Amino acid sequence: MINEAANPGEKSFYQVSTNKHTGILSWLLTVDHKRIGIMYLIAILSFFLVGVVIGLFMRWELMFPGKTIMEAQTYNTLFTLHGVIMIFLFIIPGLPAIFGNFFLPIQLGAKDVAFPRLNLLSFYIYVIGAILVLVSLFLPGGPIDTGWTFYIPYSIRTSTNVSMAIFAAFILGFSSILTGINFVTTVHRLRAPGMTWFRMPLFVWSTYATAWIQIIATPVIGITILLVIIERAFGVGIFDPALGGDPILFQHLFWIYSHPAVYIMILPAMGVVSEIIPTFSRRTIFGYKQIAYSSLAIAFVGYLVWAHHMFTSGMSDTSRWIFSLLTFIVALPSGVKIFNWVATMYKGSIDPQVPFLWVMSFIFLFSIGGLTGLVVGALATDVHLHDTYFVVAHFHYVMFGGTGTIFFAALHYWFPKMFGKMYNKRFAVISVVLFFIGFNMLYFPKFILGYMGMPRRYYDYLPEFASLQLVSTIGSWILAGAIFFVVGYLIHALYKGKKATANPWGGVTLEWHIASPPPMENFHEIPTITHEPYDFSQLKEMKYGE
Amino acid sequence: MASNIEATISIEQQAHRDDVGARMGMWLFLFTEILLFGGMFLIYAVYRYQYPDQFHLAGMELNTGIGTLNTIILLTSSLTMALSIAAIQKKNKALSIIMLSSTLLFALLFMVNKFFEWSAKISHGIFPGSKELLEKQNGEILFFGLYYVMTGLHAFHIIIGIVILTFMLVFLIRNKITSDNYVKLENSGLYWHLVDLIWIFLFPLFYLIQ
Repeated sequence: MINEAANPGEKSFYQVSTNKHTGILSWLLTVDHKRIGIMYLIAILSFFLVGVVIGLFMRWELMFPGKTIMEAQTYNTLFTLHGVIMIFLFIIPGLPAIFGNFFLPIQLGAKDVAFPRLNLLSFYIYVIGAILVLVSLFLPGGPIDTGWTFYIPYSIRTSTNVSMAIFAAFILGFSSILTGINFVTTVHRLRAPGMTWFRMPLFVWSTYATAWIQIIATPVIGITILLVIIERAFGVGIFDPALGGDPILFQHLFWIYSHPAVYIMILPAMGVVSEIIPTFSRRTIFGYKQIAYSSLAIAFVGYLVWAHHMFTSGMSDTSRWIFSLLTFIVALPSGVKIFNWVATMYKGSIDPQVPFLWVMSFIFLFSIGGLTGLVVGALATDVHLHDTYFVVAHFHYVMFGGTGTIFFAALHYWFPKMFGKMYNKRFAVISVVLFFIGFNMLYFPKFILGYMGMPRRYYDYLPEFASLQLVSTIGSWILAGAIFFVVGYLIHALYKGKKATANPWGGVTLEWHIASPPPMENFHEIPTITHEPYDFSQLKEMKYGE
Repeated sequence: MASNIEATISIEQQAHRDDVGARMGMWLFLFTEILLFGGMFLIYAVYRYQYPDQFHLAGMELNTGIGTLNTIILLTSSLTMALSIAAIQKKNKALSIIMLSSTLLFALLFMVNKFFEWSAKISHGIFPGSKELLEKQNGEILFFGLYYVMTGLHAFHIIIGIVILTFMLVFLIRNKITSDNYVKLENSGLYWHLVDLIWIFLFPLFYLIQ
């Protein structure tokens, strides 16, 4: 098929500008999907680190009972900011905007996304949203303290800068919608000849499903946020019980978006897992179509389960058990994926390289997160566990242990391709181990604390919770240490790392057929696809290992 | 050498044109617009179910005459919009410009009417947070709240439409939109029809429920 790598003197996309400018402007005004992906990486990773630091301060405060380092109001704003930054600035855009932008067109055999200029626009909308979040911290009135869910009526009563911060979330929603539209159109219109729907890599499938949720769900939060802002400014009464409005209606509308949003977060991660496992097992994926369809099934059913966040808010019994049933159903396609991944490894020739270790850590953490999700998805247990640390632990196991871990897996898997450099593998193994230990120390005690009755978002706690809280805080140091270690050796690798080959792992999807880092237009001519996506017999044609 | 490569690349990128893709992107965007208003219609449905009598009562206070006039204006503007696209397809640039200009004119007319309608309401003391409104029942407060938010959001879309169509008019005059490259005009038309369509639902829900 294609043999693009053998072209030694070729310039990479770093060396060729897409516009008439050079230097910083050639980046800021670029329409190249790879450069936009890198800019997203820098922005999103920075906000992630800010979120981590805020989390560290929260854990520090909770190290001992009573006041440790900050006032209660500061703690309220910190947990709100931690949520807003991690959710709206890191984990929702994280995988699609960085790796989707960089690899979706390449994996389809295309030269760019369908609307390159729109792509740049959505990056700037993201930046504007991020700046608004930061500005809202310093305006009079003080930073937002409602929690990232902005529940009414508190969010229309508090005097803090709610309007500005949630307007930022509204803006960020636009960025998400535009990215979604761009990706759906790209998948429909720009597949290379021979790239049929069922020859698309599974990362493309899951990004495609994600893009649909971004399109379908985000406008609902958009209008909800607008209404809260209007409510605060004019007192229209739509959500205000004093004027006949219904605060529960706000919760419904909020979760109609925010529950599908967790699938925006997790689906691309599942796609990355489906890339990494075949590559390091040297075996075609088990149940390709089932994994592809299960992405769509998750996207569809995930849209209909929102009210399981509201079992204790006041709903009819009928709707409670329907939503609980639907919640259990959405666990099925996720289970399908887990079993298919494990079956892919069976009788494979497993090469436990760094990205694979991250994926192993993901499967362990995500399974715990998923199974505890069933505990809070069941009506009777949820009444006991609602709004406790148990929910916090479940959420972090799914989102951080799931998507966050895969963010690092994807970074380690594609780093050589994106930057043309290889990192220190020994450091990388140490960081996975530290991450895994720190993660479980930080979040597992929260399951127990929640079960014992520790409510979430509390500034202080009873003395009997002290020892587990302390363990959790120590875990946060190990985890943060691992994260900063990763960032450190990756930055070091950018300057001092060994040059990476075109195909360091023996992958067979299209990105491994081209040079590292890719040339400006990805492919010299649009390739014709003749293989299934994970057909490792191609490695011979690609002269891998020779 | 490097500048050579850059030159060819930028030419190739300009040459890439995919009208089907552009239309698909536009339809997806319109879909998000429907969901945006869908949230509002959902809220309307919930409160109308909760306060049917008070919605009825409050609906009596709206001016059906102005509402009908605006409906006719918007429907006509959709017609001229469609005719403008048909004209450019048939290579009749002059007619296309006339039709697009009349669409813009109708849009402005709609906004003028809206302005008088809202100012009349406000001068009667009916606006969110006003003393008169707060003395009314909850259902009526919600009706007028929804009335201002939904028709306001719709009017905001009209204003954006006016801006977009003005750009299209300039493109038409400067031959950026031609008989074999009119997807921009077509997409703007799609947007305009959607704004019209939303009004067709707003009109009976607010003006005709008496």
